[in-house]
Amino acid sequence: MTPLFTDNGNDIDIADVRKLTDLVKQRYGYDFKDYAMSSFRRRIKRVLELYKLKSVDKLIAILDSNTDFFEEFISEITVNVTEMFRDPTFWKILKEQIIPNILLSHDKISIWHAGCSSGEEVYSMSIVLQEMGILDKARIVATDLDTAIIKKAQSGTYSMKNMDVNRKNYQRYMGVHSLDDYFKEVNGEAVMDKALMQNVSFRRHDLVQGAVFSKFDLVLCRNVMIYFNQTLQNNVLNRLHESLFKYGYLAIGSKESLIWCEIANKFIVVNNEEKIYKKIKD
Amino acid sequence: MNFNLPDNKYKAIVIGGSAGSFQLVTRILATVSKDFALPIFLCLHRLKHVRNGFVEALCIKSNKPVVEPYDKEPIKRGMVYLAPANYHLCIELGNTIALSSEDLVNNSRPAIDHTFETAAYVYKDKLIGILLSGANKDGALGMKKIKEAGGLTVVQSPEDSLINAMPSAAIAATNIDYVMPIDGIIDFLIELDRSYKMANI
Repeated sequence: MTPLFTDNGNDIDIADVRKLTDLVKQRYGYDFKDYAMSSFRRRIKRVLELYKLKSVDKLIAILDSNTDFFEEFISEITVNVTEMFRDPTFWKILKEQIIPNILLSHDKISIWHAGCSSGEEVYSMSIVLQEMGILDKARIVATDLDTAIIKKAQSGTYSMKNMDVNRKNYQRYMGVHSLDDYFKEVNGEAVMDKALMQNVSFRRHDLVQGAVFSKFDLVLCRNVMIYFNQTLQNNVLNRLHESLFKYGYLAIGSKESLIWCEIANKFIVVNNEEKIYKKIKD
Repeated sequence: MNFNLPDNKYKAIVIGGSAGSFQLVTRILATVSKDFALPIFLCLHRLKHVRNGFVEALCIKSNKPVVEPYDKEPIKRGMVYLAPANYHLCIELGNTIALSSEDLVNNSRPAIDHTFETAAYVYKDKLIGILLSGANKDGALGMKKIKEAGGLTVVQSPEDSLINAMPSAAIAATNIDYVMPIDGIIDFLIELDRSYKMANI
């Protein structure tokens, strides 16, 4: 792995960030203007170090002339760090309260993983549903901005090193089996059981600019909006709200909050510790 | 010891610590007065999967409320913010806190370097960075950034630290303004508190 914070001494200033986001918007249509500056500057710095570029201007020049490079840029600039069963208590609440509640009034359950990254959360969800015996009742859509990471999610192949954390999380969630029942070790990598993905469709979707494409009973968007500024958080939340059926549930990260968002009054808090909200107004 | 503290210059304090720092932070929070003006950001290495208990333990002896902030929480004067488990705590433009779930840094999330670097970027020469006992080199680069931005750097002296790797790494990385035992750091904070109160009279 590349060291994240090798210091090249160059600080990236806001003017450089603006030049970069303008070029990307104009050339490729993606809008990073309202990403949170503290992490976005760090991501840019990371890209410069990874490709041994001396300045943001060099990066802009490459992006301008080499369209093939753009996919790589997207993969590196977005944050793709995740775990299976991150916050085990969250998954326990889903299993014991939220999903049973949805099924009280519905035969089927529709779920959207907004910003699914490498798919760990999608597999976690499928395992929960499988262990509840209702995987066949679920329709799951998993989306991300980054095409390469969606391919990785679809392949369900993870380094064995990461499985230690995933196993521990699964144990803390108190799953009924062992996480090892859901993957095979192949050439030093964990390959997830494909049967878990039977009702999952992966697609590329841009949360920042993409239109509402369907309605769901449960939307998970955990630790995705932390990379956005408040303006963008409000915009995206409006879209997530629109993508929920009335009385559907929204789950965000444990240290995210709707308190400062305009749309907060259209939700009620169902579980404050795990940050699960319920849409009560259209 | 005399400290050179220009009136009301500083706007925030960041404190980093790891192994051997908990007691020190407890002492610091029991020392700074209830109406201490500056916000304090604490980045202390902690277990990734234990969300509860830490902030409560710090609150017991603290004169001031200690909170684990939410993402984009507005920064308030006089508050103490603790980096939550499994998130990096960063200072965002527009007087807010941003959290991040990016990769571990120096084997840790929260990482002191991220807190210090982003604070230095936002507060520039109006920041005080304090680095305490700890077992790796996290915070050294952050201290360098604070120094380069013109901020004030304070490190617990290695001889006084239970585990001296972290203070030593910072001292090697940059020219630290004050290298002091914890008693000196406490005196420094009392003096800082007094200078703010004097300036407000």
